[in-house]
Amino acid sequence: MVEKKKLQVEAINTGTVIDHIPAGQGVKILSQLQLLGTDSRITVGFNLPSQELGLKDIIKVENRLFNETEASEMGLFAPKATINVIENYAVRDKFKMSVPEKLDGVFECPNSNCITHNEPVQSSFTVKERNNNINLKCKYCEKSFSKDIVAGL
Amino acid sequence: MTNSLYQKHIVSITDLSREELELIVATAASIKTSPRPNLLAGKVIASCFFEASTRTRLSFETAVQRLGGTIIGFADGGNTSLAKKGETLSDSIQVISSYTDAVVMRHPQEGSARMASEFSSAPVINGGDGSNQHPTQTLLDLFSIYESQGTLDGLKVAFCGDLKYGRTVHSLAQALCHFGAEFTFLAPDELSMPDYLLEDFVDAGITFKRAEDFYEVAHEADIIYMTRVQKERFDETEYKQIASRYILTAEHLKEAKPNMRILHPLPRVDEISTDVDKTPHAYYFQQAENGVYAREALLALVLNESI
Repeated sequence: MVEKKKLQVEAINTGTVIDHIPAGQGVKILSQLQLLGTDSRITVGFNLPSQELGLKDIIKVENRLFNETEASEMGLFAPKATINVIENYAVRDKFKMSVPEKLDGVFECPNSNCITHNEPVQSSFTVKERNNNINLKCKYCEKSFSKDIVAGL
Repeated sequence: MTNSLYQKHIVSITDLSREELELIVATAASIKTSPRPNLLAGKVIASCFFEASTRTRLSFETAVQRLGGTIIGFADGGNTSLAKKGETLSDSIQVISSYTDAVVMRHPQEGSARMASEFSSAPVINGGDGSNQHPTQTLLDLFSIYESQGTLDGLKVAFCGDLKYGRTVHSLAQALCHFGAEFTFLAPDELSMPDYLLEDFVDAGITFKRAEDFYEVAHEADIIYMTRVQKERFDETEYKQIASRYILTAEHLKEAKPNMRILHPLPRVDEISTDVDKTPHAYYFQQAENGVYAREALLALVLNESI
């Protein structure tokens, strides 16, 4: 008997698949992708069955190959997700996401009186994880914010 | 041996180790008893106050002159190229630091001193960046605590008033984490110590509790660190109800330990009643004077390999 295997979200030729995202976090990652300025075609699946997580989200971005730095930025929202970089329907690279220690030049500091808003410097945050909450501390104004506030979610 | 503060930027109290804090306090004590009028001989220090200040600017400028250095600078940013011609702070600092041996600066925006340190060719000393840091205030606080208690270790320190927005409170509490202090907090709920700092205290193994009134605080503390509950944080009726509970009077001090001293970063408005001034516990004017010695110590260490 031929095994019937059906993909939950259509396979892509070339691009990046972010899998094993805890259900609910996919929207945040999408929003993050827009922050990164992508105009690629994106296919998403929310609340798909997962052996490991119960329910998971999945995101496929066509014609865009993520590097490890971008993966670590995404790790803020789904530290246990995996990133598969696909070329010609085959996995070329696979990264496990993790919470980054530092994020430079990705987000603006939410403190409107922070010097980074009117001087020629990149924003820079150190990331601290405690009791499942992730906070970002601005290197310049030294204020701490939850990741959702920094990402504007 | 080169001291570890030589040519170092002094931006945030959290950049300083326990050993460095102790070195500054010991140097301040030594300069207070034996003045060193030549430690900054031949040095030019920029005093850049983009925001008005009385005690910090004047005590820095006094410190430079008492050590034999010279000062250039401005007391108000309104007349600078930043305000008049739209120059960036980073450009201004690059130029000013090329003229001088160190740059003391105060600026109304948070993070300005850290940013300046990345563009400056001379050490930057933060005299206050918005609501963020004011490390030299903490150094003079530590020196005053050491001078009045004979130690920095294992003291019971009570912080009273505005613990949410008070940068002096935050920095002093962070510095005392190196010395195994016990904290007591007396503040309106709306102005309590921020959670992210409480987490830091837990990480540092510091024990802390909340108190209900000044009687409870005065009974146990070695140091009471007072700050003002500012009117603009509340509406008028709310303020009237709250403010009276956070005014310290001589009556509150009857059960205080003999060694207990009261500190306040000043200016005081009415949060410490003037009848406290005459008690042996008042130490805020000596503390303000110590600003000169603490800043002398810091400048001397930043600008001399060894002293």
